Amino acid sequence: MIELFGMEWPWLLWKLVQILLFVIVLLVGLAFLLLMDRKVWAAVQLRRGPNVVGPFGLLQSFADFLKFVFKELIIPAGSDKVLFILAPIITLVTAFGVWAVVPAAPGWVISNLNLGVLYILAISSLGVYGIIIGGWASNSKYPFLGALRSTAQMISYEVSIGFILITVLLLVGSLNLTEIVNAQAGGFWNWHALMLDFGDPKSLILFPVMFYMFVLFCISALAETNRPPFDLPEAESELVAGYQVEYSSTAYLLFMIGEYLNIVLMCAMLTVMFLGGWHAPLDVKLSFMPQIPPFFWFAGKVVFMFFLFAMVKAIVPRYRYDQLMRLGWKVFLPSSLVAIVIVSTYVMMFGRTAVGLAGGG
Amino acid sequence: MTDGLQFIAFSTVNSVSSGTQLSAPLSTQSAFLLEYLPVVMLFAIGLVISLAFLVMAKIFAPSSPDAEKISTYECGFNSFDDSRMKFDVRFYLVAILFIIFDIEVAFLFPWAVSIDKIGVYGWAVVMIFLFELAVGLAYAWKKGALDWE
Repeated sequence: MIELFGMEWPWLLWKLVQILLFVIVLLVGLAFLLLMDRKVWAAVQLRRGPNVVGPFGLLQSFADFLKFVFKELIIPAGSDKVLFILAPIITLVTAFGVWAVVPAAPGWVISNLNLGVLYILAISSLGVYGIIIGGWASNSKYPFLGALRSTAQMISYEVSIGFILITVLLLVGSLNLTEIVNAQAGGFWNWHALMLDFGDPKSLILFPVMFYMFVLFCISALAETNRPPFDLPEAESELVAGYQVEYSSTAYLLFMIGEYLNIVLMCAMLTVMFLGGWHAPLDVKLSFMPQIPPFFWFAGKVVFMFFLFAMVKAIVPRYRYDQLMRLGWKVFLPSSLVAIVIVSTYVMMFGRTAVGLAGGG
Repeated sequence: MTDGLQFIAFSTVNSVSSGTQLSAPLSTQSAFLLEYLPVVMLFAIGLVISLAFLVMAKIFAPSSPDAEKISTYECGFNSFDDSRMKFDVRFYLVAILFIIFDIEVAFLFPWAVSIDKIGVYGWAVVMIFLFELAVGLAYAWKKGALDWE
């Protein structure tokens, strides 16, 4: 047996095939989610949206990809050329890397780290570097201001996302994402977004707090990924296109893929943390009906959350920057602090309500 | 699956260790690090994809830069100032506040996971800690560090 660092080749190869499959599914799924984003946007504005390439415009994203590849890659004369090329690479690599710990179905995870949540926070924070390096290296005013805005906005909401995640961790007692999902098994009333127990008056304390945390996480996710209504860094009326102004061709494509990967990651985080991951809303097994595989529940919930994000983009007007920062620091941060106090007191008094902690995925 | 993985690692390294410089038996540290190998592989694949995209543009796309095309974009006129200009000190302030509160979050992670094992004392200590940070936030608020006008 050929060995490398004490590991056997077949295992390594098998793992590589798994990861490649994961990446391909992710990228192809992303292509259709992009189309869905545009279609929803169009439908809200009573337009048709892309409908020329392929049936119902299904191949639009692939045509767009080809267009990006055949466009000239312009590197501005005044820019720092190494950093200019490095920035989109950093964005895409970190956006891919975060997905390593997201479980799509029992056992369907690239690496089931025990530090899953911490890993996600760490790597997604690194994504800020891509934006700020890109904005600085362009040596142009709009990208520079856009990058500053984007960074300030992302780090502001990262704080509240961290606090919101702690309320979930208090209830689960593990940083492992698979265990967080398993703690929500049984039915939709066990999901962390709801935490309803109909026979238990105690859950009246937990339900409003956790539902509020779920809503806060949704809004913070929008702000964290620079999605409308918080797309201040890309506000075209003031900053043209933010940190992406000087980018063209595939360098721009890398930024865009990275951005959408982060958006879908936030949808997946919402699903894993609050909406029960791959568990069905009602845990009933009917003998005459085929079971829906867990992966489809996970994917369905992610697509549903993305649909909500697309709707928000279409129907909500843009925020002003001072309102955005006020919302993050003066509303979300104090209220999630209070929520931590409430939830931790609840856990101290009544213990964790999580059920399936011991069970593995 | 993880157990099987660790078993493979244990058995193979123990068999190799007699012949090579790996004299110590595989510690739990190495088995722990082995979990991160797929993560590194994912990062490598991400890097390969991004480089491939950039190379594709270099190969397929036309390239005819001229002075106007590669000049800095600025709404139709030549830029008249250095673009790396002074910026508002508030961005700096936000970054400092972020560091304080993000470190606080990092402190709270192990506490949140082990709250059922540390008892009332551990809970109370962190409540005091949170109170102090709330006072700090109130101070920053009062000083106007959170205002953007």
